[in-house]
Amino acid sequence: MKELLSGNEAIARGAYEYGVRLASAYPGTPSTEILEYIGERYPEIKAGWAPNEKVAVEVASGAAYGGSRAIAVMKHVGLNVAADPFMTLTYTGVNGGFVIVVCDDPGMHSSQNEQDTRNYAKFARVPCLEPSDSQEAKDMMGEALKISEDFDTPVLLRSSTRVSHSMSLVELGARIEGPRELGLKKDILKCVMLPAFARLRHPIIEQRLKDLAKYAETCSFNKIIPGDDSLGIISAGVAFQYAREVVPEASFLKLGMVWPLPEQLIRSFAAKVKRLVVIEDLDPFIEEAIRLMGIQVEGKELTGLCGELSPEKVEEALKGSSSAKSIGAIDMELPPRPPNMCPGCPHRATFTALKKNKVYVAGDIGCYTLGAAPPLSMLDNCLCMGAGIGIAAGLDRSLGDLAKGKAVAVIGDSTFFHSGMTPLLDLAYNGGSTTVIIMDNRTTAMTGAQPNPGTGYTLREEPTGMVDIEKLAGAFGFRRVKTLNPYKVKEFEQAVKEELEAPEPSVIIARAPCALLKTERILPDRPLRIREDVCIGCKACINTGCPALEFVKIDQPAEGDKRKGFSRINEALCVGCRVCMEVCKSDAIEEAS
Amino acid sequence: MSDKVYNVLIVGVGGQGIILASDVLSRAAARYGYDVKKNEIHGMAQRGGSVSSHVRFGKSVSSPIIKTGEADVLLSFEQIEAVRYFPFLAETGKVILNDHKILPPAVFTGKQEYPPDVIEKIKAKVPDAVVVDGLAVAEQVGNPRVVNVVFLGVLSAFLDIPATTYEEVLKESLKPKLVDVNLKAFHQGRALAAA
Repeated sequence: MKELLSGNEAIARGAYEYGVRLASAYPGTPSTEILEYIGERYPEIKAGWAPNEKVAVEVASGAAYGGSRAIAVMKHVGLNVAADPFMTLTYTGVNGGFVIVVCDDPGMHSSQNEQDTRNYAKFARVPCLEPSDSQEAKDMMGEALKISEDFDTPVLLRSSTRVSHSMSLVELGARIEGPRELGLKKDILKCVMLPAFARLRHPIIEQRLKDLAKYAETCSFNKIIPGDDSLGIISAGVAFQYAREVVPEASFLKLGMVWPLPEQLIRSFAAKVKRLVVIEDLDPFIEEAIRLMGIQVEGKELTGLCGELSPEKVEEALKGSSSAKSIGAIDMELPPRPPNMCPGCPHRATFTALKKNKVYVAGDIGCYTLGAAPPLSMLDNCLCMGAGIGIAAGLDRSLGDLAKGKAVAVIGDSTFFHSGMTPLLDLAYNGGSTTVIIMDNRTTAMTGAQPNPGTGYTLREEPTGMVDIEKLAGAFGFRRVKTLNPYKVKEFEQAVKEELEAPEPSVIIARAPCALLKTERILPDRPLRIREDVCIGCKACINTGCPALEFVKIDQPAEGDKRKGFSRINEALCVGCRVCMEVCKSDAIEEAS
Repeated sequence: MSDKVYNVLIVGVGGQGIILASDVLSRAAARYGYDVKKNEIHGMAQRGGSVSSHVRFGKSVSSPIIKTGEADVLLSFEQIEAVRYFPFLAETGKVILNDHKILPPAVFTGKQEYPPDVIEKIKAKVPDAVVVDGLAVAEQVGNPRVVNVVFLGVLSAFLDIPATTYEEVLKESLKPKLVDVNLKAFHQGRALAAA
């Protein structure tokens, strides 16, 4: 019987069935669950969270050099971090099969940009496979590993949010081991990329790309699905499923290997159809390659360059309008429902203090990016993982007195280990007066609470060493390092003030576990309540943005009551973090009995 | 079994058990012999954001997401989330609504009102919309946390999958001590749809 698997489950299953011996990853939506499933289900695979994607690719490269089948897994922007090893791994080749699974996020459901990973395939002269459902996600893992070994190249397996997070039926198989002999093998000419040796390798990879293009012509994942030749669709990934949905009668060239492209197959398909359209998510990658072949083709002028495709977008692009008859919208001004920091979130406490400090906050990526949302509005930039520390240092150094005492950086623990340590070293080395606040919530919260090098345990919950951030900052050369409980908002505000007045850079570690963590719990889980008659309606508590609080308007005030309203606590949501109590001006908040 | 592809859109707020409900529905559909695809956007689900899960099943399914105007059933666990996703509903579509409000940030901070008369406005478009106070039913069944399975029961009455198939999937997916209360919730919901 077939099983219903998500794309990510199928990729993990594929790694298992096709003999992968090592998997390394850094969490990132929509890719995160792949390594989690491997950790839970497949003990045959050595697996662990790397501090970042560059390390993940390096660890997996080592495994592949030693003959093992290996995978590294990341979201699209993770490959930017891993681009350095990736761009030269293509020169050295692999030995054991090596697949880099990269999950793109068209539509930016959980990402900061909409980059298209296929460009990296072209950039690095490596093949790229793209599944359109879970069965293909599993099967293509096997194909990618085989191509990797046959052509001695890393291979990209490109998923997307809609493939990774969609479920469909998958036929399961048994595990087979990879073909390579395992062991340490000296091959200096091939693996040491000194200029002289790299010059020898470059022509080899250019020839490899030509050989791969020949292979693409017969690759079983590139196939023509004959239909009505008045319309020919070339498509890949989930976009193929949308196109099949809306024009099932058309002729299709379904591409599973999207780089290098099968030129002869494309030419023969193009010659046979009257109208040729490429339907692809993100960049006009296939479209431009086809244009370079001198073939007339339609594509992005129909579907657009921004945002993700959808069945209706594809139908409108191909037919001018959607065939579905919608009941229509209900005329109503809808309040948006953005994600928000949870009740009891220690980041809310930190941002509440920083708001009192009235500082500019350079930040980056994690749950704390939500600190940019009103009513806190306390995050002033988010560029990429680890960026905030460097940005704060740059502002501090370039603006002098204009920024002195007014700019800080915030970074979460997992993001700090990912790419915050080197900018912190820059700050220690080149100096300045800014303060870096490491918001150590003891987990990688945004992606669903994965362990990291600061938590003391691994992917499979085995105990391991734990980074001592205080000692690390000291070893870097910081003389001012403080650890604080962020829930003590007033003390925190005072400490930030002191550190910013100091003539040297400093580090504050705001340490309190994520409010969703069941371990290391310091929250009392005893709800508070507000004495509604004492509350002066100043909204100081409301402006922390806690979802457990509600401002209740007074429509008909009693005589002498000048309040517009008062605050109320939803006891079912409150976990008793007491941040509202810290900011309350009228002592109106107490423990609910 | 008909050739039709059924399109079920389940929406609500992170933490309401939407993913479990759509998982059980998808597995029941697969077990009954349908081709099934399901997609959900849940990246930030734990943080109180809007969540949607698309379930499509039939003889053969291509797209994992439902087109605007194509949903046969819209099941919403929260009042205004039904309105947010309303254009997904087909002209002839059914609505199942949890009579429940969760205040979004602009409302609990006093910047915006929670829209009034949501149920009336939905019923003006879909007079036979099934509105159930899920929490009340779940509490009556004995566990306030089974609201999602109450609605799975309501939903099941509109779909071509036998009740026994859902029962089998529920038994498989739940911890043994939770099976009885969830089966009770399922049947209570199913009975409400028939009433």
